[in-house]
Amino acid sequence: MLRMAALISEKPRISAAVRFRVIRATLYWIGLGPAVWTFFLGLTDQLGANPMRTLEQTLGLWALRFLIATLAVTPFRDLTGISLLRYRRALGLLAFYYALLHFTTYIVLDQGLNLSAIAADIVKRPYITIGMLAFAVLVPLAATSNDTMVRRMGRAWSRLHRWVYLAAAAAAVHFLLVVKSWTMEPVVYFAIVAILLGYRLYKRLRGSRGNRRRKPVPTR
Amino acid sequence: METLATQGSVRIIWEDQSMFIRKSAAVRSSEITPQEVFLERRRLIMAAAAVGISAAIPKGGAVAAALQAVESRYSTDEAPTALKHITNYNNYYEFGVGKEDPAANAHTLTTKPWTLAVDGLAARPTDFHVEDLLSSVALEERIYRLRCVEGWSMVIPWVGFPLSEVLGRVEPLGSARYVAFETVLRPDEMPGQRAFLPALEWPYVEGLRLDEAMHPLTILAVGLYGETLPNQNGAPIRLVVPWKYGFKSIKSIVKITLTEEQPVTSWNRQNPREYGFYSNVNPEVDHPRWSQATEMPIGKGLFAKRKPTLLFNGYADEVAGLYAGMDLRKFF
Ligand code: HEM
Repeated sequence: MLRMAALISEKPRISAAVRFRVIRATLYWIGLGPAVWTFFLGLTDQLGANPMRTLEQTLGLWALRFLIATLAVTPFRDLTGISLLRYRRALGLLAFYYALLHFTTYIVLDQGLNLSAIAADIVKRPYITIGMLAFAVLVPLAATSNDTMVRRMGRAWSRLHRWVYLAAAAAAVHFLLVVKSWTMEPVVYFAIVAILLGYRLYKRLRGSRGNRRRKPVPTR
Repeated sequence: METLATQGSVRIIWEDQSMFIRKSAAVRSSEITPQEVFLERRRLIMAAAAVGISAAIPKGGAVAAALQAVESRYSTDEAPTALKHITNYNNYYEFGVGKEDPAANAHTLTTKPWTLAVDGLAARPTDFHVEDLLSSVALEERIYRLRCVEGWSMVIPWVGFPLSEVLGRVEPLGSARYVAFETVLRPDEMPGQRAFLPALEWPYVEGLRLDEAMHPLTILAVGLYGETLPNQNGAPIRLVVPWKYGFKSIKSIVKITLTEEQPVTSWNRQNPREYGFYSNVNPEVDHPRWSQATEMPIGKGLFAKRKPTLLFNGYADEVAGLYAGMDLRKFF
């Protein structure tokens, strides 16, 4: 730590890169905090009557929250001028890690590895089917979320990563379909996702109508 | 600050401690009490057939009073779910849609005095005062399995008496074929009833066929673990129909009406495709959104295993006859 501090004060050009790495690492650790904490509470019998369900729901909720955070980076920059673009990949990966943990909880703790029950669920239950769709979409995005792939794929990378819109929409619908009746929470999350996606659509429409000659406004 | 008085020892848990400490302390104290009290009680029941229980103050609720109850042959010998889970994991949308909302909010309901009106197609419609009713019936302990439509289950030691006892007193007319039930409507005391997005149309209503209502397994419960019902469990008086999904067992009842027509029921009105009038527990008939083949037992920890759900929640021997010749897929 001391050495790092020394580095930062002595070499300002390196310090920006170091600071980025430190912030990003902190983001990952803090971001994974709720997963670790909830799992710990579950192991020590502090998650209430149905700990499996609480863990499953908490992980699903954080997956959705990080998806929303990922989608919020661009509008946040447009609105405030503050760019968090450098951290967007970390946010997206956190969303994926939570979705993976959520899915694993479902398979192992909820369904007890009963493969036929899981297969039946995925085929027959719309909310599971849609959750699965959201997760399936996130897999290739997570797999290509590294510098090598960004470089190698070029423009195809941006096109591929636009699928995150579908993942977010599917996740929001998945949440709506989980609950027994209309309640506030999934509706609020759905509205947030709708606003974030609507914002892209709005920018795109405005870009293609009024300013046809100009360079297209970046939509992401 | 909240207090938990348990068998003379008072534990004070400070509000400003971290959630973690507060939760674990609260959990520990309630974990010891009901189980020990209950086990002790069962020992006494073995010896004396009937026994009372010392009073305890449940978290956030009115003072619970001891109830005298005799054992019933209808009780299961499965181990009851811990009281802390039965009282902290509830679906009682009048107090919020979260599982722990009822435990947090239900203390606002005044349950004394309480009148239960029984009317409709009856020779002697009667307004029963719950206190009077309690002194005129023989309370039994009924340890029943409870299967929630959401796919989880508990074992609950209710204290109550057969619904047929009350129905018999009002003398149903020959034309009566169904029984309609209604929960209290008190938006002032029930936050869910004044919610911006109401989860259901209020008041909550339920119904049974008359023969289901008269069945000896069908009880009106007034207690839990040997004491009066906590508010979140449907105080002061609720229905328990152990072979049907939990939502049929309507809570905090103010009105029971004998009818000729099949009554409207809340969940059926909300979503007729998913919730039928009968709602008998049946592993073969899936909920449209999830399987009903298995259930997650409550209170068995993070690594609890699902177990197979039984037809009529394991009460087929007693109740299958009620549905002889009926297509249970059609009448779900
Ligand atoms: C990107 C992917 C996904 C996201 C963002 C997501 C998000 C969520 C959210 C927000 C909830 C509700 C939590 C609550 O009730 O508070 C939930 C519940 C649930 N999800 Fe997902 N989910 C995803 C994928 C999946 C997949 C792939 C499966 C299984 C194949 C799945 C199965 C479930 C189950 C079983 C529940 C709980 C249902 C219940 O409470 O009864 N999810 N998910």
